[in-house]
Amino acid sequence: MALTDIWFGLIAVLWVGYLVLDGFDFGVGILLPVLGRSEGERRLMLRTIGPVWDGNEVWVLVAGGATFAAFPAWYASLFSGFYLALFLVLVGLILRGVAIEYRNKRPEPTWRTRWDRAVFVGSLLPAILWGVAFANIVAGVPLDAHHDYTGTLLTLLNPFGLLGGLTTLGLFVTHGATFLALKTEGDIRTRANRLAGQTGLVTAVLAVAFLAWTQVQRGDAASLAVSVLAAVAFVGALVANRLGREGWSFIGTAATIALAVVALFAALYPDVLPSTTNAAYSLTTTNAASTDYTLSIMTVVAVVFTPIVLIYQGWTYWVFRKRLSMQLVGDEEPAAHGA
Amino acid sequence: MDALDLARWQFGITTVYHFLFVPLTIGLAFVVAGLQTAWVRTGNERWLRLTRFYGELFLINFALGVVTGIVQEFQFGMNWSDYSRYVGDIFGAPLAIEGLLAFFLESTFLGLWIFGWGRLPRRVHLATIWLTAIGTMLSAYFILVANSWMQDPVGYTYNAAAGRAQLTDFLAVLTSPVAIVTFLHTIFAAFLTAGAFVAGVALWRLARGAGEDESVFRTAARVGAVTVLVAAVLVVVSGDQQGKQMTAMQPMKMAAAEALYNTSQPAGLSLFTVGTLDGSRELFSIRVPDILSFLATGSFDGKVEGINQLQAQYAATYGPGDYRPIIPVSYWSFRLMIGTGGLAAIAALWMLWALRRGLRPNRWVVAAGMVLPLLPLAANSFGWILTEMGRQPWIVFGLMQTSSGVSPSTAPWEVLVTLVGFTVLYGALAVVEVGLLVRRIRAGLPAPAETGEESERPIAFAY
Repeated sequence: MALTDIWFGLIAVLWVGYLVLDGFDFGVGILLPVLGRSEGERRLMLRTIGPVWDGNEVWVLVAGGATFAAFPAWYASLFSGFYLALFLVLVGLILRGVAIEYRNKRPEPTWRTRWDRAVFVGSLLPAILWGVAFANIVAGVPLDAHHDYTGTLLTLLNPFGLLGGLTTLGLFVTHGATFLALKTEGDIRTRANRLAGQTGLVTAVLAVAFLAWTQVQRGDAASLAVSVLAAVAFVGALVANRLGREGWSFIGTAATIALAVVALFAALYPDVLPSTTNAAYSLTTTNAASTDYTLSIMTVVAVVFTPIVLIYQGWTYWVFRKRLSMQLVGDEEPAAHGA
Repeated sequence: MDALDLARWQFGITTVYHFLFVPLTIGLAFVVAGLQTAWVRTGNERWLRLTRFYGELFLINFALGVVTGIVQEFQFGMNWSDYSRYVGDIFGAPLAIEGLLAFFLESTFLGLWIFGWGRLPRRVHLATIWLTAIGTMLSAYFILVANSWMQDPVGYTYNAAAGRAQLTDFLAVLTSPVAIVTFLHTIFAAFLTAGAFVAGVALWRLARGAGEDESVFRTAARVGAVTVLVAAVLVVVSGDQQGKQMTAMQPMKMAAAEALYNTSQPAGLSLFTVGTLDGSRELFSIRVPDILSFLATGSFDGKVEGINQLQAQYAATYGPGDYRPIIPVSYWSFRLMIGTGGLAAIAALWMLWALRRGLRPNRWVVAAGMVLPLLPLAANSFGWILTEMGRQPWIVFGLMQTSSGVSPSTAPWEVLVTLVGFTVLYGALAVVEVGLLVRRIRAGLPAPAETGEESERPIAFAY
């Protein structure tokens, strides 16, 4: 197996890690105004992701850095091409990060309301735009002979791209709801469970349509098989949710996102960014790659350190495994010292 | 302005802004870890209260360092795609390794530290803040390895067919003398920054009447001032080494920083120089004889090359063109870096002396408390402006010019949109952060009861 193929796989793994983990953070952020009916409930919701969201977000930084190291031409064309879309994603991530960290630093309701809006918008923008981006990566975009993008922001907002955006939005919202049902107790748990069932049905339609359209455009046997598995996982998640088996339901939505990403990468291979202008201008795992020397160094680093990261991130989830109840945040007024 | 100028402004603004928070994050992580270690070892509650107080200020600052760091990771691809294609085989590796080794470490363990009070065993909890601190330091190392390669490219070969630089010796890149000394200089500057912050905040509290907490803040002021002084000595030593390397690797940068127009042996250190507007010769100058030779080469009669001779030499080597950076920017950023950093050290020295004599609060103390934390922030910024502006017109010294690195596919208006967007957003966030810091400093130390270990109630402190 060529090093370039290994790295194509590793980049896929990093995106799987990112979208599965930050995906439920986005879902919780988008559901904040929907499920969080009181100040206490909103605090409780943010507490479920509080210890982990930052570590989850690092996956995208590593995915970006690894793409730069392993496929510099892909990194260059993709990030300069999807310029304004990426800018909006960055603005969203900045808003969300600051909002989660700062909302409880002052007691005034107006202060908190403003940051809650920032959490919502900062979660909504990336949740949609990552889907738009991946749909366009798989379908291909206009690239010239220098592999430079020749379209605009509107080029990306084509029907297939928008369907991709709605699909990730639906998946993340449902994923976030199953996460909340898993991590909370009482009334909010019941409502999260019910909401996951409702958004799940809509999402199932969107996801099946999106994966089927992907399959028609550039699928092969492998991407078809993985797409079917993703659909099965999602059905499993919804059934488990209906039965109140929240752990299984969350595993189901996580597996759905993971398998959907794998299906997209399988459909993409061996291209990394197809050109719709001329197939000869497409970026592939070979013409976009770094040298074998760089790739072998990076392989050693990844093989040694990725398991270590997984172990300590896993340990964090273990430390904070308990369900959170309203008692934790209380309905008391925030203490004078900030709370 | 064309896309190139806009992209350069954007890089300058986002990077200088990002680097306001980064040194404070690195330095404070270690200070807070040190304070918490003192508490765990002595059981003395004053250390715990200081840990919580400065820990919270650390978190407010950390948040902005993180979110502005995301932009750094992506803007090479967004605004500098041809640069990314040219250097990716080399430059991408330290960036990816930084993410995998450093970002995961600091963010994961910081989450454990924030929410782990009263939940993790005391020593395990202490370990989480140390791991966070180590993460911040690893991050600095890898990103400086990447930057140092732009200053002094090593361990590579140019592949003409592929039209890019390719890695041949990763160890040479990791252990490049420029990278090592830049890393040390930056880390020591980070400690200086954090020390000045800790001391300035304590001083301000003392001046406003800390009441029964006075002795705790006196301790904090001493810890901060000593940190500044020790760090200042190390900053000078490492900076001196860095200057000598700069003279050897990028003589034009040193010549511009000193406004030394013509090669001199020995060369004097400029105290004040005025040059012509076109930057070709000096009109007026006060110089201390021989000192520049000593700083640049280690010998009082060493030869230091001048701007005009280097320009001629580069034109002969690299083809016709202007190889001079903007000389007043280099000259003044060099002086302002040393001036503001030096002033912070003097202020810390004064503070230690005043504390010993029982420091009475007056308006000078308040002023010093307000200004002290800002001085190293200015010094850090001027240092980077010198490093990056002094390398121009190169993006990778001797290999690629900045004008060749910009993204060909982005329209000027698009770069303008993101430039304005980031600048407005960053400006607003700065106002919010300063407001929160001031508010939290005003609130003073947490009450002893609030820091009780048993309080599961996470954190009066964070959430």
